[in-house]
Amino acid sequence: MTVLTSVPVRTKRRPDEEHPSGDPRFALIDRTLKRFQYQQDALIEVLHTSQEAFGFLSNDLLVYVAHQLKLPLSWVYGVATFYHFFTLTPQGEHNCIVCMGTACYVKQAAEIVAALQKEYGVAPGETTANGKFSLATARCLGSCGLAPVLVLDGEVLPRETPESAMARVQKRLLGEESEKVSE
Amino acid sequence: MNRADLESMAQREQQRQQAFRCRILCCASTPCLSSGGTAVFDAINTAVTELKLDADVQPVATGCMGPCSRGPMVTVQEQGQPDVVYQQVTPEVARVIVAEHASQQKSFADHVLPSDDPFFAKQQKVVLANSGLIDPEKLEDYVAHGGYLALGYALREMTPESVCKEIIASGLRGRGGAGFPAGLKWDMVRREKADKKFIVANGDEGDPGAYMDRTLMESDPHRVLEGMAIAGFAVGAEQGFLYVRGEYPVAAKRLERAIRTAERRGLLGSRVLDSGFNFRVDVRIGAGAFVCGEETALMASIMGNRGQPTTRPPYPAQKGLWGKPTLINNVETFGNIAPIISGGAAWYSTIGTPKSKGTKIFALAGRVNTTGLIEVPMGITLREIVFDIGGGIPEGMAFKAAQTGGPSGGCIPAEHLDTPVDYESLRALGSIMGSGGLIIMDERSCMVDVAKFFMEFCMDESCGKCVPCRVGTVQMHRVLERITEGSATMADLERLQELCTMVKETSLCGLGQSAPNPVLSTIRYFMDEYTAHITHHHCPAGKCTLDQQPVSEWVTA
Repeated sequence: MTVLTSVPVRTKRRPDEEHPSGDPRFALIDRTLKRFQYQQDALIEVLHTSQEAFGFLSNDLLVYVAHQLKLPLSWVYGVATFYHFFTLTPQGEHNCIVCMGTACYVKQAAEIVAALQKEYGVAPGETTANGKFSLATARCLGSCGLAPVLVLDGEVLPRETPESAMARVQKRLLGEESEKVSE
Repeated sequence: MNRADLESMAQREQQRQQAFRCRILCCASTPCLSSGGTAVFDAINTAVTELKLDADVQPVATGCMGPCSRGPMVTVQEQGQPDVVYQQVTPEVARVIVAEHASQQKSFADHVLPSDDPFFAKQQKVVLANSGLIDPEKLEDYVAHGGYLALGYALREMTPESVCKEIIASGLRGRGGAGFPAGLKWDMVRREKADKKFIVANGDEGDPGAYMDRTLMESDPHRVLEGMAIAGFAVGAEQGFLYVRGEYPVAAKRLERAIRTAERRGLLGSRVLDSGFNFRVDVRIGAGAFVCGEETALMASIMGNRGQPTTRPPYPAQKGLWGKPTLINNVETFGNIAPIISGGAAWYSTIGTPKSKGTKIFALAGRVNTTGLIEVPMGITLREIVFDIGGGIPEGMAFKAAQTGGPSGGCIPAEHLDTPVDYESLRALGSIMGSGGLIIMDERSCMVDVAKFFMEFCMDESCGKCVPCRVGTVQMHRVLERITEGSATMADLERLQELCTMVKETSLCGLGQSAPNPVLSTIRYFMDEYTAHITHHHCPAGKCTLDQQPVSEWVTA
């Protein structure tokens, strides 16, 4: 019979210690981990925080979360890929989400997607090669009274048409370039 | 805090509000904010400060007032006068409104929405009674409107058993869509013997075209919390989880703030209202998976797993979260609890039809003049909803179909417009009540295309655990795609119907079992459109491309 003589050595860093990479954003993840007392049930909350801090879930990040929660990496990967909210690839500087809920669909939201897709050569869920623009569709943003709805960099824009949507995106992308020129 | 403190808090707040001559309520829910509500509220605030009316006029940011397509909405409550509702308010109009009400002139007629407008007249607000009238971020405002009195009453005057009996007597049925009697579910959980039980409020509103739950959580968060606390007392649970959809960050933030305020005042947490009852609520934020609206998948998600459903039985009422008895109800169901306890089951059961009691919130959207959030008594006809409340179809088009229940429901054609809206009648028509999305379509919508849209949704959202749903939805989508492209034959249509029956009868959870509903209901009522696509290569709505041919025609050619 084996007798446990000493407390197992903790391999985990102390939460106040800095991450080896020196990236301060890991402190945000650590804070969430601490808030949930490193419970494995809190995986989705931890992934939410990680994505907020880093913009997307890189492989390193998944390894880090898996290690901290003492979960197999496959488990963390399985959860991260199951939910639409988590993205494993970096996002463009500007993103445009077109709502494809029923109310928006009935009011021709598909044409907006088609127009943007044709102009920028990206399918929904993709980012342009220069990393400037991401196009995405959403299942329903719950603003059905204002259909069709567009979310451009977090700003909700009601009652759009393919033309107005194109104009807005173009302006946003050009706006950034003209700022750079003036600098 | 005890019941006496609660009443004095309500009185203090009522007196404080009555001290103002006029209150200007400005809708601050997502639809109004995205049509410029923030600027309107700022304009009202600056106008009030500029005109030095701080002591007379109180601007309040409230929850949803209903007619979202007419936003931003502003309501003016003046002492001794009926409320005036303004629509499509701009910052300029807002300044005029403040100035005119300050000088007690007549209201600014251009933007007034008449109070006898059928949009309001045909509605009956029970769950949304406070929505649009109170500041959702202020506990005092909710208490001044009678909030938490029902919880106080239940804790002092009732036993868990009598609360369950009251809910059974009220005839309340689950508002998530299936319509299981809520009281029976509560009683089942109450009878279970376990050291721990849980309450879960399902706010994972995934149906495209539905936003009732979000509005309720954003406009009146304390009502949901009060309903959950009463449920906790009735079934003997001390921990509740509120699962909020990831797309609703505002709702999650407001609920978290509401929980903190209520805990600080002793209305949640330990020793609720100085009784022996403890109840904590935690918010869990979803990560975007439609299937998580299914109760077993939702529980898996709360426990940090992939949101995949499991077989039932055992039902959550027996073995739910962490293997303990768990009560899961929709947030709208919890929104009904406080009125039932304070008004009594006898009063509540006078609303609605013999089998479906109470009211139902619908999100009216699509091709209809006034879109927005409505609460109507059960048993109202679709015609009243579409043509009286919604104001009919715009641009002189004809009504074609009403879609209820989202991707699990069906389309109801014009000949059934006079059907009363209740659980049984809708099921008899091949649709379901669903969580309350109601989308109106006119002649420009192709029904085959609509069926394809919903099938694509179910195909994407299928969790992949059981084969009928994972493979069946893909195959059904392919057939529908062929029909809209023009390469289908009548044999495809037969195969589609066979597939529908197979998926419906053999899928593991509600998602798969109901996925064929949009196809079956459109085949039932709009068979002519399917045959027009297949045999005549013609789309009556002019929506489908139909640029391909069946393979058999290629061969013979």
